[in-house]
Amino acid sequence: MNTELLERVRERLAGEGREAALAHGLLAVQLPRDALLDTVRVLKESFGFDLFLDVTAVDWPEREARFDVVFHFYSTRDHVRVRLKTAVTEVDPEVDSLVPLYGSAAFMERECHDMYGIRFRGNADLRPILLYEGFEGHPLRKDYPKDREQPLVRYRE
Amino acid sequence: MRDTEETLPNPVRPAFETPSTEDGVIVNIGPSHPATHGTLQIIAELSGEKVVRADVHCGYLHRGFEKECEAHTWHTLIPYVDRLNYCSALINDFAYCDAVETLMGVEITPRTRYLRTLLSEYSRIADHMTCIAASVMELGAMTAFLYLMTIRDWIYEHLADLTGARVTYSYGRIGGLAHDLPDGWLKRLEEILDEYEEYIGRIHGLMDRNRIFIDRTRDVGVISTKDAIHWGFTGPILRSTGAPRDLRRDTPYLAYGELDFEVPVGINGDNYDRYYVRMREMDESVYMIRQLIEMLPEGPINVDDRRCTLPEKERVYTEIESLINHFKLVIDGPQVPAGEVYRAHEAANGELGFFLVSDGTGRPHKVHARAPSFVHMGGLHKLLEGYQFADIISTFGTVNMIGGECDR
Repeated sequence: MNTELLERVRERLAGEGREAALAHGLLAVQLPRDALLDTVRVLKESFGFDLFLDVTAVDWPEREARFDVVFHFYSTRDHVRVRLKTAVTEVDPEVDSLVPLYGSAAFMERECHDMYGIRFRGNADLRPILLYEGFEGHPLRKDYPKDREQPLVRYRE
Repeated sequence: MRDTEETLPNPVRPAFETPSTEDGVIVNIGPSHPATHGTLQIIAELSGEKVVRADVHCGYLHRGFEKECEAHTWHTLIPYVDRLNYCSALINDFAYCDAVETLMGVEITPRTRYLRTLLSEYSRIADHMTCIAASVMELGAMTAFLYLMTIRDWIYEHLADLTGARVTYSYGRIGGLAHDLPDGWLKRLEEILDEYEEYIGRIHGLMDRNRIFIDRTRDVGVISTKDAIHWGFTGPILRSTGAPRDLRRDTPYLAYGELDFEVPVGINGDNYDRYYVRMREMDESVYMIRQLIEMLPEGPINVDDRRCTLPEKERVYTEIESLINHFKLVIDGPQVPAGEVYRAHEAANGELGFFLVSDGTGRPHKVHARAPSFVHMGGLHKLLEGYQFADIISTFGTVNMIGGECDR
């Protein structure tokens, strides 16, 4: 692991409401959602994090800001990873889309939208991907009832 | 209960509303087509025989893997992890166990470390064989298909001898493995590796300079390194573009740091390169397995850690502490400290990462798999657009999409 580089990234990203810490050999940054796109641009352009690996959400129903949206990046040059995490509320679950920076974001954001109902500002194509048109609710939310009836799945005894 | 069947929407997604050009034709492939080896729909807009636009939908397999994981203990969800990629289920097991072990701070024993490496490479061979066999068969190479399937079946039977199950092995355990190798397993392994070399020589002879095969695969489905990274491609697809990116070499895990091996790369990033990269990777895997057999240390399989390893049966029957420990592990499961972790392994198709969130109880708060096939489906249209309609099938074959990985 390239700890020296991670220290440099950490110094650069700390401040402006961002908190950066090393955990299990991986840099984890907690940031406000408005800072997301700028931070990702810094990571991509100044530090070479060119591979966008993954976006997902974590549901904490008892928390005020209910969802953590989690992004993972990898640098194919330096072989280090970084994780970004931003919290959004249930009433306004919107973060900036990373599609302008990474093509792979398009598909993964659709999945996150489908499963958790997170909206990505700037992603014009948030059609359902794993579910079908007309599916109600977001199944990976903790409060989604497992026996819920859906338009195509009727209640079974 | 709903009474009108007519009001139900059609779950199959509609094609593009209208073609973008006047002579455009829209063709649906799938959701369940024999040539897509899985549930996948490609909506292609054609101009003549050329694919102008392609829209890929991969969400037809619903098992609710991530939701199901949240209802199990850290140990009992291993069978779900298995089913992500049925061609190389052991790699999924080990990547998941590695993530949990990192979160718990458990260090596995040397023998387990080597055995996991050996079995990962063995699974990689089986996975690549499935992919190559299917993609050459789609171009008419039936003999090559049968040769490869013969070897793959020997590997499957051999892994069934080890784990007791076919395809879904559930052999990994947090802190170790289910059990040690049976007697004579390594001897049979060496026999299969010898047979492998004989058969793979025949495949090279049949395919490598075959005029039909080259014409159908050279300069088809081309992608550059830059685009491949932009679209999140990893594994053999990224390596076929000439970028030697391999997690086994770049960020070594398990015993890969101690092994001597090469990372084969392609030149063009076309279908032929993906075939050839996979063929060469299998050779490297065989080379690695031979080294691992030499290096395999003796010793225990499971760590001596009461947080995750079941106590020996003898002690369970004679000591109350061990009995309680056994009960606790079976009923409540291993207690994983609160926190988050992301661990990635180089699976046969690319980076397989597990993002785990624990809230300190016996069940995971969240298990998320970063599965390579799902991400590859997001960039598949880049490989299809601009080529012939008939090339969709062969390009799709070389991407090796696994339905189980496209599911959440």
